[in-house]
Order: sequence, then structure tokens, then C-alpha cells
Amino acid sequence: MFIGAIGCEPLQLKRVNLEHSRTIDVYKRNGGYDAIKKVLGGMSPDDVINEVKKSALRGRGGAGFPTGMKWSFVPKDSPKPKYVVCNADESEPGTFKDRYLMERDPHMLIEGMLIAAYALGARINYIYTRGEYRYLINIMDAALDEARSAGLLGEKILGTDFSCDIYTHTGAGAYICGEETALLSSLEGLRGHPRMKPPFPAVSGLYACPTVVNNVETLTAVPDIIKMGGEAYQKLGTEKSGGTKVWSVSGHVNRPGVYELPMGYVDMEKFIMEDCQGILNDKKLKAVIPGGSSVYIMPAADITGKGVRMDYEGLVAAGSMVGSGGFIVMDETVDVFESTKNLIEFYKHESCGWCTPCREGTDWLVKVFKRIARGEGRPEDAQLILDLCDNIEGKSFCPLGDAAAWPIQSAIKKFPEDFKRHLAPLTMQTETEVAAD
Amino acid sequence: MSEQFTPNNPLPQEAKLPAEIASFSPAVEAEIDAHLAKYPVKRSAILPLMFIVQRERGYLDPPGVAYLADRLGVRITDIWEVATFYSMINTKPVGKYHVQICRTLSCKIMGAGKITEHCAKRLGIKPGETTEDGMFSLSEVECLGSCGTAPMMQIGFDYHENLSAEKVDEILDSCSRGEYRYSMKS
Ligand SMILES: Cc1cc2nc3c(=O)[nH]c(=O)nc-3n(C[C@H](O)[C@H](O)[C@H](O)COP(=O)(O)O)c2cc1C
Ligand code: SF4
Ligand code: FES
Repeated sequence: MFIGAIGCEPLQLKRVNLEHSRTIDVYKRNGGYDAIKKVLGGMSPDDVINEVKKSALRGRGGAGFPTGMKWSFVPKDSPKPKYVVCNADESEPGTFKDRYLMERDPHMLIEGMLIAAYALGARINYIYTRGEYRYLINIMDAALDEARSAGLLGEKILGTDFSCDIYTHTGAGAYICGEETALLSSLEGLRGHPRMKPPFPAVSGLYACPTVVNNVETLTAVPDIIKMGGEAYQKLGTEKSGGTKVWSVSGHVNRPGVYELPMGYVDMEKFIMEDCQGILNDKKLKAVIPGGSSVYIMPAADITGKGVRMDYEGLVAAGSMVGSGGFIVMDETVDVFESTKNLIEFYKHESCGWCTPCREGTDWLVKVFKRIARGEGRPEDAQLILDLCDNIEGKSFCPLGDAAAWPIQSAIKKFPEDFKRHLAPLTMQTETEVAAD
Repeated sequence: MSEQFTPNNPLPQEAKLPAEIASFSPAVEAEIDAHLAKYPVKRSAILPLMFIVQRERGYLDPPGVAYLADRLGVRITDIWEVATFYSMINTKPVGKYHVQICRTLSCKIMGAGKITEHCAKRLGIKPGETTEDGMFSLSEVECLGSCGTAPMMQIGFDYHENLSAEKVDEILDSCSRGEYRYSMKS
């Protein structure tokens, strides 16, 4: 598997291929902990937030919310403790970048969190890692111990008045705990159900205190922003999508991997066909899901020769989204009905059950898809599926409902042939029988 | 604006714990104390502690649940409520080797189905079952963040990636012979 940068100097992936890259020595010898020194050497919390604002860094967890703005929502005058929580739940199908960032360069995350904690006035901070990534928790714990011994964590860091600690926390197998409010419920020791927003976590988050939840890759971008300045970082990318982005690539490509590209990289076709070395076994490209499973599927026709720019605006213009940046590449042998069935089964399994449209809707969709797969499809099933999606999308308590509907809606729209093939002439089965499946 | 957080409310009545409560060695107790020290609210440690109970007792059994309720100062039902939400918390015994194969899209299109079939045939069980000798449990799980090295499976917390039938056989053989060594500390 490839791991490296293309089209730019590696920032996030600067050290990942060095020997012993996860040790504090290698980190320090390669520019590590210079940013926190600069911050503690005379920047005010507002200075830090301003640099992050200038950098046009947008959240890499999926929603793409401007990070500097999110930080500035934390009330300064609140007497309550404040928390920075790193979202390392990484469960979006097709996404595995955070895993390699933490495995190979854990100190970069620690430094990013330290800077965030300084900017927000947070004393205690958590890294919420999905339960399956136990080995990463062990790696992070070892790195945190190293940092503590080096005086970079704990009381009076580097001899200043800034004190801060970071702890790891484990999830236990629930995709929904990647959603920030569900993550906070889980961190409080409850079932991982999402919470109503507002109040947003910045105002009332962990233990009802002001909390910033950021993705791993968002936080690991921060040390470089401080070192080079927000403006220089933004210029690496585009006006609205600053800096570089780390993409995960899986599926039918010759060279899957973790790729760092400048935001606004041109273009998606070149990326797949040249950088990822084209499609396995010389097959033809059929479709790409570019942002983790929750975004619209793109047919090859929307990519080939279209000069799709790889940033937030470019992918929306091309009919999809950056999401978590997880490319799932599919060749001509894939049946999009089957691939969509696979995903709706995922969402059904991961629906937390809190609200009716998502809990019942995803369950019903799976029943319909399974019936069709058994060869009992009917021409009107396409409409039935779309109606079900319509009753989930925008009507669910949290975005997981939308995330379940979007891939299906776009698959039916973009690959009608793959669905028609399964929708045989009407059988005598009634709707009630379907529901009772 | 609603205050959403309700810290551990004092129990309305004295909680009755079942007769049998799990107990652990001083080393494990120290490990549990270290987790509790990380949080301003004890209840936050519920998942880390569940993993420890599970590791020590094979699964989250009723005496283990009673221990957690006692240690965290919450009701027995609070523990069950959380335990049943998370797919990695086992409320029933699992095999000595828990083979978990990813079934999600990237793995699927790279041949996860064949790997699952192969394991099922070899072990003589379907996903969701445990072999009679209690050696193996087989599960199909959702994306584990190894999509670029698909197909993949986890045994316990260990990742095994870029799988082929031969590679699976090698791993399962070493389990059967009792030679498999977990590389992951849990
Ligand atoms: C169903 C669902 C799952 C999510 N999973 C993750 C995840 O695994 N990792 C992550 O960083 N963000 C995830 N998010 C996004 C978070 O809610 C949140 O937007 C993000 O952590 C904010 O950090 P950022 O601004 O740095 O991106 C998920 C959102 C939803 C709705
Ligand atoms: S949309 Fe789904 S995941 Fe979100 S709260 Fe409702 S049931 Fe839970
Ligand atoms: S799809 Fe199998 S690890 Fe991601």
C-alpha cells in the first residue's frame, strides 16, 4: 500500500515513512514540537485562532466546517472547564487515513491537540478512538507517556503557565459514535445516541461544558499552520479549501493507499488513472464513491475528461462531496445494485435506533433490497426505494439518516440499468408481505 | 438552553447487588483505578472497564456487570443499557479466537465473501456462531479501517490484511495448534 504525497511537499505525511517515525526523537528532529514552542513563546489564544482562520482549514471529519470559526464559538468568559476532544472514531467505510496518521506520527496529533487546548483554554482533553483500533490506543498511550516525560504534557509545559493533559478513550464498536454529539454521549458513559443541536458542543458539549470536537487530520494540520502561518498554508490549496488533504483510496486500483494532495488538485481522472496507477487487471472504471460511503456515487462518465477538481467546491460541482475523503473505486464488474445493497446493510446495522425514520426506514430498505436480490424484484420497487429514502432524508434526527439515503438515491439515478436488471415483472407478493419479511 | 448533562444522580434507593460480584487481582484493580483517574465523572470509564472485565472473564457476565455497577456507582440496568448498545461488548461467551471478517464495500469487492465462505466451511459454523469446542467464533463485521489492504479480518484486536485463503489457513492452523500469539496487548 502506498503512503505519501503527490503534487505537493508532504505536510501531514512528512515523517510517516521515516524509520521509528513514531518516536519523539524522530518527531523533534524533523520539526516536531516547534509549533507549540512558537505558540507558548508569545502568541495569544486569539492569535492562534486567527492563524487557523486565515488558513482556511476545514474539518476533515466529513462536514468540512471551517475550523477557525468553530474554535471561535467557544465562549471565552465561561467559568466552566473546556474540552478538546479528538474524533478518532474513523468508521466511515472507505476511510483509513486517521489510522496511519496516528500509527506513524502520533506526536503530530499530540502537538495539534496541545495547540488547540491552548487556544481554547482546555485543561483536560480526550482522544476518542474506535474500539477496534486498540493497537493505536497503545501507540498513542506510549507517545503520550513520552511527551509527559519530556515536559510537553502535564503541569507548566515547557516552563510556562500552560498546563494541559491528554488521555485516550476507547469506543466499542458503533459507527454512530463518530457523530460528534453521539461521541460525547459515549464519552460520558452512555449509549451513543446523538443529541439535539443547538446547543452546539462549542457551548454545551462534554459534561455540558464548552467542547471542540475535531477530526484527527484537522488537528494534525494545526502545527504546520502555526509554523508556516495561516496564509501560507491556505495558499497551498484554494481560497475556500486551504492546505492539503489526505485521501484514502481503496477498491479496484493498482495502488491503493493514503495520498496527500494539495486541495484543488487537478484532476480526479489523473489521480485515479496515473497516481493510483489505474484500474486493477486493466478493467474499465465504472464508478467512484469519493468521500466515504455516505456521499453520492459518481459514474465514470462524470469523471473521465471532466477535469474534476479535488476540493470541497470541485467535488460538489461534479455531483458528489469530499466527505471524509475515502475513495472507493469500482471497476466494470461491480453491480451497483449489489454495492448499494452492501451499503444499506451497513447503515441498517449502524442506525442507533433513536429516531423512527432512520431505524425503521433502513430496516425496510434492507428488506426490499434482500427481496430483490432473491429474484423477487418488481418494476415499481425503484419508486418504493426512492419513497423510503425520501422519508428518511431530512426527516431523521441526525445526519446518519441522510447518509443512508444519499448513496441509494444517487445509485438509482446514475445507474438505472443496474437496478432495472433486477426488477423483474410484477409478482403477486403484496406490500404487507414485504414488511413481514 | 437545556443543560444536557446529568452527572451520576444519587440512586433513589439503595441498589441491591446480586450475591455474586466479580473480583480482580490487585494489578487489574490498579489498571481500573488508572482509567477512573482520567475522568472527572466515574461513569465515563464504563467502556474501558467493560473491556477489562471482558478480557478477565471472557465476556461481560452478570457478576462482572454487578462489579461495574458497584465500582461506578450506577444501577445494574445502567450497565446493561450501555453494554447492549456496543457491538464489541459481548454479553454472551465467545470463542477463544474471535474471527471477525469485514463485510463492507471495499472488502466485499476485493473478495471478502470468499474469505468468509472459506472460514465458515473450514470451521463448520456460520457467521454469528461458535464452534462446539469453544475455540472459534465467526462474525461478519463492518468496515474496520483497512479498506486499502482488503480483504481483511481481525482476530481479537489483531489486524490481518491482504488476505487469501492460504493466508487464512495459516492463521487458523496456528490457532488450532495453540501456537497463535496475539500481537496486540489488550
Ligand atoms: C454518522 C456520522 C459519522 C461520523 N463519523 C465520523 C468519524 O468517524 N470521524 C470524524 O472525524 N468525524 C465523523 N463525523 C463527523 C463529526 O460529526 C464531526 O463533524 C467532526 O468530528 C468534526 O470535526 P472536524 O470539524 O474536524 O471535521 C461523523 C458524522 C456523522 C453524522
Ligand atoms: S438518524 Fe439514525 S443514527 Fe441518527 S439518531 Fe436517528 S436512528 Fe440514530
Ligand atoms: S471496507 Fe473492510 S476494512 Fe473498510
